Amino acid sequence: MPKIKLPTKSPRIDMTPMVDTFAVVLTFLMLTTTMRQPEPATVETPFSISEKPTPDFNTMTFLLSPDDKIFINFDNGPDTAYKFRPKVLTAMGNRYGIEFTEEELREFEKYPSSIGLPIQKMKEFLGTRENTVRNALQTGIPVDSTDNQLAMWILYIRQENPNVQASIKGDTKTGFPIVKKTLDILQERNVHRFNLVTSLEATKINLDEIQQQ
Amino acid sequence: MAEIIVEEKGKGGRKKPKKLAPHIDMTPMVDLMCLLITFFMLTTAFSKAKIMEIVLPEKLQNPQEAPKIVASRTVNIILGPENKVYTYPGTVKPEEYSAVPPILPPLRETDFSATGIRQLLLERNRTLAKRIQDFTNDVLSGKIAISQDSMQGAIRKLKSDDDTGPIVLIKAYKLANYGNFVDILDEMNICGIARYTFVDIAWYEERMVEREAGITPGTTTGSTN
Repeated sequence: MPKIKLPTKSPRIDMTPMVDTFAVVLTFLMLTTTMRQPEPATVETPFSISEKPTPDFNTMTFLLSPDDKIFINFDNGPDTAYKFRPKVLTAMGNRYGIEFTEEELREFEKYPSSIGLPIQKMKEFLGTRENTVRNALQTGIPVDSTDNQLAMWILYIRQENPNVQASIKGDTKTGFPIVKKTLDILQERNVHRFNLVTSLEATKINLDEIQQQ
Repeated sequence: MAEIIVEEKGKGGRKKPKKLAPHIDMTPMVDLMCLLITFFMLTTAFSKAKIMEIVLPEKLQNPQEAPKIVASRTVNIILGPENKVYTYPGTVKPEEYSAVPPILPPLRETDFSATGIRQLLLERNRTLAKRIQDFTNDVLSGKIAISQDSMQGAIRKLKSDDDTGPIVLIKAYKLANYGNFVDILDEMNICGIARYTFVDIAWYEERMVEREAGITPGTTTGSTN
């Protein structure tokens, strides 16, 4: 009887194809993913049954934090071919007598998140790269009747991009007066259609049960 | 890719025993990649937030031009403090609220649970809600072949043809929060209310809420008596 000689080498699994596939998938995911931008204020959005996804471009988002600050974010999607952030800031600067340098405009264009500070502090904000300093400057956009900078932002954003859609992203605990204020300012500027940013939560109703009661 | 082949030195030195090409252990690399893939998949899939559309009526320059609505179909919903919801039917006539003391209708207190405001709305909106539900069920079970887009259109048509459901006026007291606002609009969608809008709260309605919730008029802190 012939003797079968077993190989003494320990069996090795060739992981090469697996690694190859993983690398491809990883590359794909890394390229397609849009990273969630860190917001200056943590906001827990309320739940709704709406399944409509947020639009990717032509948006201006009003972030209403629980401590009643207003932040604004615009032109921040994959569609940044039409870059109007610097134009809006230039227009804002002209309105308030502040001249922004080329460098500051570029910095503003690159800033990935919402901004919420008086325009007078903008130079200081764009001049620093320290996140702690930046966060300290984010005190919310002034909305007083005497100094309504939010209305100005809306005006210039809509001048530069008339197709912009207004979204409101508020925290569940945000007080109603600040929401009302934002809605009022938008309505004064003839914006009547809003998108409220929510998280999905499925709900089913039982009509028969209601009828029995 | 998995092996690095080392060329053996041919000349010089003593002849060493033949070595196997060194294998690189790829397990940690695979582990790391697995982790990264999981991370990216989770962040991409769930970062997309949803939106709810709302259209508000234009601000009228002249309050006299306000559209007349049937009082018997009107339901007023007032968002109160501490996640409470108050409702009252119909309208308050000018001679009632300007009387001294004002004659104000009683408020019905309810909440955001399924047996609260939802039941109240569904009772009023039963015919339309039933019609929408039947239609949706027919579409889902394949009785009616219709595309998703035309389904939305058909539901809109059902809503605009309806003339029995309530006309809901949503108002918010100053101590309400944004979550309440989204919740009530969500209830409108859940119950299939055809006609609803968000309007400013009137001063007498604020008084009514304050009377009901036991808040001293004028205070903004919401402290109870």
